[in-house]
Formats: sequence, structure tokens, C-alpha cells
Amino acid sequence: MEEMDVTRALREIGRVEAPERLADRVLVSVGAVDSYAMVDTVVGQLAVAHNHRGVSGTMRTADSALFERWFSDRVGRLAHRVDELPQRLSTAVVEQISGDKRHALRYDLRELTPFERAVLEMTQRIPRGEVRPYAWVAREIGHPAAVRAVGSALARNPVPYLIPCHRVVRSDGMIGNYGGGGPIAKKAILRIEGMQPEEFDVLRSGRRLSGSTSTRIFCHPTCHNARRVTSRRRVYFRSVDEARAAGMRPCRVCRPVA
Amino acid sequence: MDKPLAAMLAEDLDTGFTRLVTSHQNRLYAAALALTGCPGDAEEVTVDAFMRAHRALRRYPEQRIRELRVGAWLYRITVNAARNHIRGRRQATAHLDGVAEIAADGRLQPEVVAERAVDAAQLRSHLVALPRHHREAVVLRHVRGMSYAEAADVLGRPVGTVKADVHRGLARLRAALVEES
Repeated sequence: MEEMDVTRALREIGRVEAPERLADRVLVSVGAVDSYAMVDTVVGQLAVAHNHRGVSGTMRTADSALFERWFSDRVGRLAHRVDELPQRLSTAVVEQISGDKRHALRYDLRELTPFERAVLEMTQRIPRGEVRPYAWVAREIGHPAAVRAVGSALARNPVPYLIPCHRVVRSDGMIGNYGGGGPIAKKAILRIEGMQPEEFDVLRSGRRLSGSTSTRIFCHPTCHNARRVTSRRRVYFRSVDEARAAGMRPCRVCRPVA
Repeated sequence: MDKPLAAMLAEDLDTGFTRLVTSHQNRLYAAALALTGCPGDAEEVTVDAFMRAHRALRRYPEQRIRELRVGAWLYRITVNAARNHIRGRRQATAHLDGVAEIAADGRLQPEVVAERAVDAAQLRSHLVALPRHHREAVVLRHVRGMSYAEAADVLGRPVGTVKADVHRGLARLRAALVEES
């Protein structure tokens, strides 16, 4: 055999791929993978991944291959299926989504930028059953001009349903996109959380703010203060300027933006 | 995602290590397979090498991780793991049915299996029979396609020595193959 042939043959025997299970074996035994299991919730089956830092990924799906692919693309680690989550964690997930109880769930958001993290933290301050526009989040985190960036950050929420990015809607009243499964899923979770059908209509019609002619205070229409106003006393505005021109002041609870 | 691997490892070991394993597993496995001659052993060696790497990374101070040349460092660990493994099983015996096993186990592209089946099996068994220094030098230089300088760095030996080992190793392989045919 010529030398050329030997070296070529040597190069050829180097063209092998490691067995598929190898990476899993390594990553599971060093604890670099996140565990996940399927959890039944009021919104359906939810794949929930976690590690020692907290919950690291959720997706509304029963398809484990889909979830594993999404998780490794998004988070950069592997998700390893287990039969069930630790009891306390699965109870917390179920109760938080159904609204029975609020839990201080910990999240692992390390792959996000500080801006993205700030956006997600802010959405957690929106009460259940209420919604705020993207511009509100932008203003509250101190970047009033970054409305589009808020939208992108929400779309990158690795833990939809638990961190309630669904409570942020477009300023023009459209429901907006939702990483947790499109506008229909977003509307469904908002209904479960207590939004009324007529409130979707209000948002859609461009009535961005609602005020009371007796208190002379204006709010986001789903703010609990706005909901207490009787329909006889309720007036709608398209912008903060319009509301102020009518002699009203903004609500101190929902700090309206429009 | 395009951050250098060493920086990723320094910042977040779990995520960085996941990337390290997925990006290096085929290369290290190929080297381990050529060094041990058997898919089962190659898998054990590769897993062992990654585990050692992880233990080391947990111990290293951040600055040391940032300065790490990850590729060469991983090959060094793999070569060591293969030495220990081979020592453990007393004598390196190549599996002559290795090709079928690799095709089933190691996901070799099927179209290349048939035409070089005989050569590859022979070559693997002769490779394993080489003296250790020759085998390691030949594997890094020709199976993995490293330069002499890179191979010398991994093996921690002078470039001239590695070059001589590669030449002697190739000469022995050629002789063994000629003798067989």
C-alpha cells in the first residue's frame, strides 16, 4: 500500500460520529441538563423544565421532541425527560396558572439580557385578569422609546404562562403575538384569568383609556379601579393628552400610558 | 451563541459545557476509537474524558478557564483517558468485526462503508498494535488531521519527536498491510 493510501485510509477511519446517547450520558451525569416533565394545568398540558436555579422553560405542548428541540435552541442546554417534577414545584405551577394561589416561583433566566429580564420582571407586576400595553412596560422599565424591543423581549420569554407575558397587549388594542401558542392561546389564558369578552371589544375599538366622570381619574380599562366605575359614569379616551384635556388625572395604581 | 467557548465556560459552566460536548463529541470519539480500536471502549473513553474535563473546569479559577485552549486541552485529556483505559484492559486488542459495529453504533455514513470495509478493519487492528507513542502521533496527525505543532502540543512532546513517531508509525502500518496482502 502506498503512503498516500495509508494516510487517506487513516483520514477515512476518522469520519465517524459519536453514538447519539453519548452527549446525554455525559450531560446527565455532570448535572448540566435541565429536567422536565409534563404537567396538567387549566390551559392544557404544559412541558416544564427546571434546574437548581429555578424554572427554566415552559411550553404548552404534549410533544416532547418539539419541546426538547425548542429548549436546546432557546436555552442552549439539553432537557432531560423525567416522570414527574418535585411535588412542590408541580403544585406551585398548577396553582399559579389556575390562580388559586400565587407562589414565589424561582426562574432561571440566565440566557436573557438584562433588558429582557427587566421586561419580564415588569410583566409580573401586572395583576391577574388585567392587561397593559407594550408602551406601559417600556415606560415602567425606564425605556419609554423601546416599545418594539419590549415586544421582542416578551416573545423570548422562556417561561410563558408562568411569567405572564400574555398580560401585555399591543397599544392599538390588538391582542398581539404570543410565544405561548399564538393569539388564540393568548386570548384563552386571558379569559381564564378573568378578562370579559366586552373588554376585548373595548381594547380592539381603540378605547385605550377609561375615566370616571365622578372621580375624574383615568385608567387602563382593565385596571381594578376602572372596573368599579359604573357604566353611567364611564368615559373613554384614545390618549393621555385627550384625558388630561378633559380635566382628568392618571390613576396612581395603573399609571396609564397611551 | 458565537461567543468563544472558553468565555462561555467561564461565565456559565452548564450552558458552556453543553456546547463543549455537542461541538467536540465527534472529534474526540473518532480519536478515542482510533486509539482503542473498539466502539465500546471509545465511548467509555470519551465519556470519561468529558467527565474529567468537567471536574477540572469546576475547580479551575475563572481566569484559567478564559485562557484555556479548549480543543488541545480536550484532546490531551482524551489521550490520557485512552492510555488509562488500555492499561486497564491489559492488552489492546482490536475488534476485527469493528466495521460492522461502527456502522451500526457509531453512525458512519453508509455509502463509504462498503468500499473500504476491509481496509478500515485491517487498518484499525494494525493501528492498535502500534507502540503507544507511534499510535498517538499517527492518530492525531492523520486520523484527526492536526499539524505536527498541534499534535506536539497535545502530546506534550517536541515537534521533532512527534514527526519521527508519525513516520515510524506509518512505516510500520505500511509494512503490516503489505505483509497481510
